[in-house]
This record gives sequence, structure tokens and C-alpha cells, in this order.
Amino acid sequence: MSDKNDIIESLVKKEYKYGFYTDVETETVPPGLNEDIIRLISHKKQEPEWLLEWRLKAYHQWITMKIPTWAKVKYQPIDFQSIVYYAAPKTRKAGPKSLEEVDPKLLETYEKLGIPLKEQERLAGVAVDAVFDSVSVATTFKEKLAEKGIIFCAFSEAVREYPELVKKYLGSVVPYTDNFYAALNTAVFSDGSFCYIPKGVRCPMELSTYFRINASSTGQFERTLIIADEGAYVSYLEGCTAPMRDENQLHAAVVELVALENAEIKYSTVQNWYPGDELGRGGIYNFVTKRGICKGKNSKISWTQVETGSAITWKYPSVILQGDNSIGEFYSVAVTNNYQQADTGTKMIHIGKNTRSTIVSKGISAGHGQNSYRGLVKVAKSAINARNFSQCDSLLIGNKCGAHTFPYIEVRTPTANVEHEATTSKIGEDQIFYCNQRGVSTQDAINMIVNGFCKEVFRELPMEFAVEAQKLLGVSLEGSVG
Amino acid sequence: MNNGQIILEIKNLHAGIEGKKILKGLNLTIKAGEVHAIMGPNGSGKSTLSAVLAGKSEYEVIEGEVIYMGKNLLEMAPEERAKEGVFLAFQYPVEIPGVNCAYFLKSALNEVRKYRGLSELDAIEFLNLAKEKMKLLELPEDFLKRSVNEGFSGGEKKKNEIFQMIILEPTLAILDETDSGLDIDALRIVSEGINQMRKPDKAQLVITHYQRLLNYIVPDFVHVLANGQIIKSGGKELALELEEHGYDWLTNGKG
Repeated sequence: MSDKNDIIESLVKKEYKYGFYTDVETETVPPGLNEDIIRLISHKKQEPEWLLEWRLKAYHQWITMKIPTWAKVKYQPIDFQSIVYYAAPKTRKAGPKSLEEVDPKLLETYEKLGIPLKEQERLAGVAVDAVFDSVSVATTFKEKLAEKGIIFCAFSEAVREYPELVKKYLGSVVPYTDNFYAALNTAVFSDGSFCYIPKGVRCPMELSTYFRINASSTGQFERTLIIADEGAYVSYLEGCTAPMRDENQLHAAVVELVALENAEIKYSTVQNWYPGDELGRGGIYNFVTKRGICKGKNSKISWTQVETGSAITWKYPSVILQGDNSIGEFYSVAVTNNYQQADTGTKMIHIGKNTRSTIVSKGISAGHGQNSYRGLVKVAKSAINARNFSQCDSLLIGNKCGAHTFPYIEVRTPTANVEHEATTSKIGEDQIFYCNQRGVSTQDAINMIVNGFCKEVFRELPMEFAVEAQKLLGVSLEGSVG
Repeated sequence: MNNGQIILEIKNLHAGIEGKKILKGLNLTIKAGEVHAIMGPNGSGKSTLSAVLAGKSEYEVIEGEVIYMGKNLLEMAPEERAKEGVFLAFQYPVEIPGVNCAYFLKSALNEVRKYRGLSELDAIEFLNLAKEKMKLLELPEDFLKRSVNEGFSGGEKKKNEIFQMIILEPTLAILDETDSGLDIDALRIVSEGINQMRKPDKAQLVITHYQRLLNYIVPDFVHVLANGQIIKSGGKELALELEEHGYDWLTNGKG
């Protein structure tokens, strides 16, 4: 009898593949947060006065705010004064100019992560911005993109080179008053990616940012801002990993997307931060605010996320559907294994007429993992004929994990049509035995069932990412049964 | 392999579940080319026998041995048994939502082929094979695209079991109450599928409560299982006697 549970319990013993540490000389600021630290970060980045002022406003807001406690996650209180808010590899002064100037150790690191930065070795059709701790170390294919007028660069570079664009849109979707972590991010954000697609341009390649936390005791606070001007299209990918450490490290990012009339932004994430060990020691706290606004008519924003890493995930990629006929989509796979916890979902805020949103959430819980879907569908009075369809499915592997669904629906117009479907299922011994009896191993059976479960979401990912995501899922769940 | 070679030999098998002994000294020898039927009343141990042969972990073998093709079957993991050519057509096939029949069966077939040192089939080769065999069982066109057993009728589930058996070509097929839940047309189609797999180098163990399946699949031997033991063996005519007299006729005398 107990055998039965044991079988379903022990499939996750695979080492985290990206847990290595790169030994580079790092420049850091002293731990803790106060005005001086913020001034120091801003100074290091040679920022204009307005940005420093904005940071300080955010900081003063932040110190009045309380840590949100409504999420269904448990963890020891974070000591914000022990975190190092800025860490950068000590090799350059004002941002990467060409790959030749990048420390070979960093290039090697990305190589090891499967993200070669040398353009000739890249998969054709993917441009990468590599963010290492607090700074962007390299951006590939910049010139090629520039031919079409596309700006894709490190955030700090954008502040210097394109201050008007940054000033116009930064904080326009996620104001610093939004929430505790958004305020913190605004005060201390160090780098990130900036992307602008001009009117009528279809970005010819996938843009991608690869985030790597390397230094210990530091937090990563990056800021991403993507603007698709009228009629533009861009597909953007985000990946992330971190070394294995016993400590918990904080990652509090803000991502803002702006889609103008007839524009489309497709944002895909494969989140693979270090999840902690099988006893729940260490791992990244991933507290992220992601939001897009469909500002213009007929615009579209689509979030696809595969969340397999982090000790705790707290994120709700959302869409404000302001333009008439605009479309918001959220496709999510969230995996929690061992002692991982995830509270993730989306908000779809319908304001414009005939706006449509689709939510497909697939939560997979194994080990002692706790997985919650939390979603808000809000339809304003002005959103005549708005439509939403939500589907939240949970898959349980074993008897010690949990799945929870918290859908919130607020509708202010009778013309709206909102549908919500939810299912919970369990990978049963019987299913696994059935597969075994046909010659399929237990691990392959789980992968098969899990991939089948996630199919609708994987379909939304760009090709190379979909393959990667499937593999990642396999690794994440390795040892969850056996 | 020739007719007459021993495929399965069960010696003095005692087995049970959750501390309850169900099989109490079962003996059975099956040779290549033979079809054996095991009949018996409810609770006699028929399903336990199929579960133990397939390697279901909740079942415990207390005593005895099972030799399959000269190897100790009980030491093998369930997937190893499958790859060695032991196939169980389940009485209640489970649903696997999200995994379509084509993907599932192709994975299974390629596992088995790899184990046997054969090349793996690619998607097109597999589809050609599957489509050909589907006709035999009168399976609908969209069948391969549907999730394994999800929303299948009772008849479709059983057809799927036999379809898989035909594709995987096992040496020993164990058919657990394959006739249950089938209407007369489905029973005929399923039986034809099973008979197709009746070959000199293969064997079948047909477990059934009722005689009616044996009108279609004519066994070489019929065994009556009662109280965890085979209490009578005979030819196909034994099934007819059971149909006429019921199991009481045999079990009463045993006290």
C-alpha cells in the first residue's frame, strides 16, 4: 500500500543543470537599501536627473508599503537590508560595445547555458540581450535590427540613447505605486532590455533576453520595456537561470508592454531560476510584475509562460484591454515540485469595446509543491460585448502536493460574456501502470502525460522554445515518480 | 520458436493483495501456439492472476515461481515484461487525457522495437502500419487523434486494447475479460482481431467469466479457477459444460 505512494513520490532527484557559479570579479554596492544606495546605483549608470528623482519617489513610496500577504505562499520574512542591490562584472565602463570587449568568462557562461552570444553560432533568427546580475553584458544582432529601425538594447543604454521614448513609456503600465515589489524595483532596478518596434515593422527575428543571477546575496531587479508602435509585430522570449545556493535570492522584475493600434506583442517566458533543493533549501523568490497595455484599436498582447523554477513564484502577467477590439491572451504552465510554491495567474482588464481575452492555465504539482492559479477578469462598463474564456486545469502527481484555484470575476456590463472552466486531475498509478504494461518507462509515461496536459500552452511557444520547454518539464519532474 | 516450446510456466503460485491471499497454489503451463482459457466465478482470482503476470506493484507474490521464455518473470519490471513480449489487454483500460492514441502507441511500439534490436519507426511508417491494422477492427478515421481511451465507449476501449496488441505483436497475450461490456458486433470484431494473433510462435491466455467469448475464440485448453487454484482442466468442451451446469457443479464438491 505504502509502495503505491512511494512510487508516485520519488521522481525528482535530478540535479539542477544550471547551478554553476562563474568566478568573475564583481563590483557590488554595500548591502541594504537607503537613498544613498539609490543615488549610487543611479550615479554608476550615469542616469539623468529625472530618472533618479523617479527612483527616489518610488523608494519613499516603498517604505510606506507592506509586503503583500494575500498570495498562498509561505516563506521566512525577507530582510531587505541584507540584500545587495547592485552587482556587476568588473570589466567595462559604459555598457557593452561589441562582443570582443565582453569578458570571455561571461561568453563562456552563456555558452554553458546553451546561449552562445557569438552571432555566427546563434540560431539564426534570435537576437539576445544577456543580462548578468545587474547589467546587460551583450546584445546580439543589434545592427541588423537597426536596419529596420528596431531598437533592441540594454535598458541603461536606452536611457542614454533614447531618453524620449523611455520617458514617455516607462512606468506608464506599471506605476511605482502599483505594488510593493514594483515600487522596490523602480527604486533599485539596474538593467534589463528595451525594445521598440517602429510603425508597420514586423520584427524579422525573435528577440530574447537571457537573465542570469550569479553573485551571492544579491537581488536581481531588472526592468523590461517593449513598445510596438502602430501595426508593428514582435515576438519576445525571456529565459533565466541562477547558481545553486542555500540562501534564497530575490528576483523582483518589472516588465511593461505597450501595443499601439494594430500592433501585436507576443511575450514568452521559460522561467528556470534555481528552485531550491529537494528539502526546500535555497532557491529564488521570483516576485515579478508583468503587465501589458493594448493601447490602440485591434492590438494584441499574448503572454505565454512556462514556470518550472524558483522556490516561490508570484507573478500575474496581465493585459489592460483599452483599445476597442483588442485581444489579451495568457497561456501558462506552472510546475511546482519538491517544496516549490507558485501563486500565478493573470488579470484581464477589459475597457474597450469588443475586447476579448483568453486564459489557459495549467498547473502541475508534484512532491510537496503548492500551485495556485489566481486570476482576475474585470469588465468595465465601457467594455461592451467583451468576452473572456478562462480554463484552469490542475494536475497532481502524488499525495503531498496541492493545487488551488482563485478566479475573480467582476463584470459591469450585461453585454459581456465570461466563461470559466476548471478541472483537477491526478496522474494515477493506474495510468502509469498502463503505460508500463505497453513498454513505456515510468519517467517517460509522466512526461507523456504532462506534455499532453500542457499541449495547448506549448503550442503557443515559438518552435525552439517549445522543444526546450518540453525537455525542461521532463527534468523538473524527474524523480517525482519512480 | 516452434509449436510445443514452453512460453509460460506457473508453478505453485501463491499471491495476494493487502495481506489477503487470493491465489493459493496455481499451476499452469502454456506452450507456443496454444490458446488457454481460464474461467471461474467472481472472486476466484482471475484478475489477480493477470495483475501478477503483468507486474502490478500492489500485488504480492508469496510463494511459487513464474518462468516466461526461460526467464524469471517475477523479477522483471512491468515495462521489461512488456518489452519481453507479455501483453495484458486490460479489463478496465484507463483514460490518459491529452495523450493521443497515435503518440502513445508509437512510443510503446518503438520502446518494444528498440528492446528487440529493431529500428524505430518514424511517424509515416507508423501511420501506415496503424491505418492498415485499424481497418481490421473497424476503428474510425479520427481514432489515432483522440486521447487514449478518453470518452471511448466500452466497445471502443476494448477494441483499442486489441488494436494495441496487434501492433505490438506480443509473444504472450493475456486477455482479461475482454468480452465484458461488448455488444454482439463488437464481440465479433474483437474476436477476429484476437484470432488474427493466433500464431504458432505465440500464445494467448483468455480470462473470462462467460462462455460466449469462447464461441469466437476457440481455446485449446479450458481451466476452471476457483478459490485461487485450478480445479479442473479440459478441452474446449469443458466451457460448454460449465455453461450448462454453472460453476457450482465443480465448486460444491470441494466444500
